[in-house]
Amino acid sequence: MTDAAADVAARDRVWFVGGGIFLIIALVTGASIGPAGPDWWRVPLELLNRLPLVAIDSGVTEAQWNIVWKIRMPRVILGALVGGMLSIAGAGYQGVFRNPLVDPYLLGAASGAGLGATIAIVVRGGALNDWPVNPVPVIAFAFAVATVMTTYVVGAAFGGGRTGATLVLAGVAVVSFTSAMQTFVLRRNLDLINEVFEWILGSLAGATWGDVRLSAPYVVVCSIVLILHRRHLDVFRVGDDEAASLGVSVGRTRLVIVVAATLGTAAVVSVSGLIGFVGLVVPHVVRLVAGSRNKRVLPLSLMGGAAFLVLADVPGRILENPAETPIGVVTAFLGAPFFIYLLRTRRISG
Amino acid sequence: MSRLTLSDVTVSYAERVAVAPFSDTIEEGEWLGVIGPNGAGKSSLLRSIAGLIDHGGSISVEGVRLDGLSDRERAKRVAYVPQEPLIPDDMTVTDYVLLGRTPYIGYWSSESKRDREVVAETLDRLRLADFAPRLLGALSGGERQRVVLARALAQQAPILLLDEPTSALDIGHQQQALELVTELRCTQSLTVISALHDLTLAGTYTDRLVMLDDGVVAASGAAVDVLTAERLGEVYNVCVTVEVDPDDGAVIVVPRRGFPVRPSDD
Repeated sequence: MTDAAADVAARDRVWFVGGGIFLIIALVTGASIGPAGPDWWRVPLELLNRLPLVAIDSGVTEAQWNIVWKIRMPRVILGALVGGMLSIAGAGYQGVFRNPLVDPYLLGAASGAGLGATIAIVVRGGALNDWPVNPVPVIAFAFAVATVMTTYVVGAAFGGGRTGATLVLAGVAVVSFTSAMQTFVLRRNLDLINEVFEWILGSLAGATWGDVRLSAPYVVVCSIVLILHRRHLDVFRVGDDEAASLGVSVGRTRLVIVVAATLGTAAVVSVSGLIGFVGLVVPHVVRLVAGSRNKRVLPLSLMGGAAFLVLADVPGRILENPAETPIGVVTAFLGAPFFIYLLRTRRISG
Repeated sequence: MSRLTLSDVTVSYAERVAVAPFSDTIEEGEWLGVIGPNGAGKSSLLRSIAGLIDHGGSISVEGVRLDGLSDRERAKRVAYVPQEPLIPDDMTVTDYVLLGRTPYIGYWSSESKRDREVVAETLDRLRLADFAPRLLGALSGGERQRVVLARALAQQAPILLLDEPTSALDIGHQQQALELVTELRCTQSLTVISALHDLTLAGTYTDRLVMLDDGVVAASGAAVDVLTAERLGEVYNVCVTVEVDPDDGAVIVVPRRGFPVRPSDD
């Protein structure tokens, strides 16, 4: 028995190391490829050169390195933060609501952020430079959090703490309401529709180290909280009643998990816009290949989602150069066929 | 150390009273069968003991009131198997039974060696050791029922609540499941309370029956006293004859064609 347990732990480690290597490859690939800058193969060499105690002549000039470090790197790191956060939040939401069709936008994080961003863009108008800081991410974040809180209050008021279904339905109502408000605001400011639309499609273009610093703390803290609840998420799989009979405070635990997933989602959405598909599908892909134990699903969703979004951002940069293909388009375009392939070859369970 | 005392337990949903004041004392090692028609309040009673629904009155195990305990402490005393347990198809038997150890695992910790040992012992005892690495989705109905029971036993609670434990099983597996509960009850001195639909099985396996009708106790006591054709006709609106085996006193309820004879109709 203890042999079996040790065996399971060893296989967990193999998965985590594998996920880590995949992520590193994705990060290096993301940093190496782009429309301007040095030859792609020189970038990994230069990255090695920058490590302590390593000296390699990569032939990358200082100007080229600036492109890599100041333009590509923040974009790659932000992509990893966004993809990782959306995926682990999706895994958390799916677990806590026992619903495979749930994504991190379920309770209104996305529609709230969308409304906030729309209002911010309208208020700001074209005069971006009048503002000391860009108000869009801040207001998007605030609206995202406020919207999810509204959903929770509405759901809890009518369903009690234990019924996840009421919460999901409250989410549907609140999301329609905020979407309607957003449409209303947008209709009255049609001149800004392009800007709002760009934001809604989601993009990592123009990412700065500032964006990374803004979202990284949320991603780190929220991911840790979610991973620490891996065992609770396993218990949730047998239903609220049985979880309660096993001594889990269902309402409170669900609240903690939802808060962590929502704060993280709101933080990344406010800097990247609404990138769809990742949070829904990556956790499923992880379950299909690595099994359904949340001890594996959560960390692998974090790593796999990060790697997936970083890689998905690469074709977007070069396909329509100098224009950008929206990353949400790429994630669905590449991800959907892959997901269908997985569904065909492996059995999925709800 | 596991006498269960219920005094004036009531359950209501909005306007409807599901369980009228119910009082009883179930001794350590006793098996109480709760019978009654659909909607009589059997599940509500079990769920209130498991702490899953609000209730009036008090429920205590050996003098300790359950509603004063934390969720975890309550779960160490009372294990509950619902009528239709949610079975995640892609979970292994070991992982599922390990969930029963939840009350013993700290909020931030993982299962200990001891928890894994208890799971292994439980699987052994229920002759499930060979199934340990299998996925729940690959098990038959009878095997699943044993696995669910294993999860409840891994909880090591002195009180075991079973809501219709045999409703999804064929007659052979029903018998095996109830024999298993009997065996465990004797070896572990478990106090068992189960809702049961099959009246003959209920009478055969339990020590004592309580018959609920619309939330009220219609009868209580030994099977031979509770299961009478007249009372079953009244409470279940069913036409039966009841036979008592002259050798071992087993009470056999046989459904007959026709409509029940009710005293009120006379």
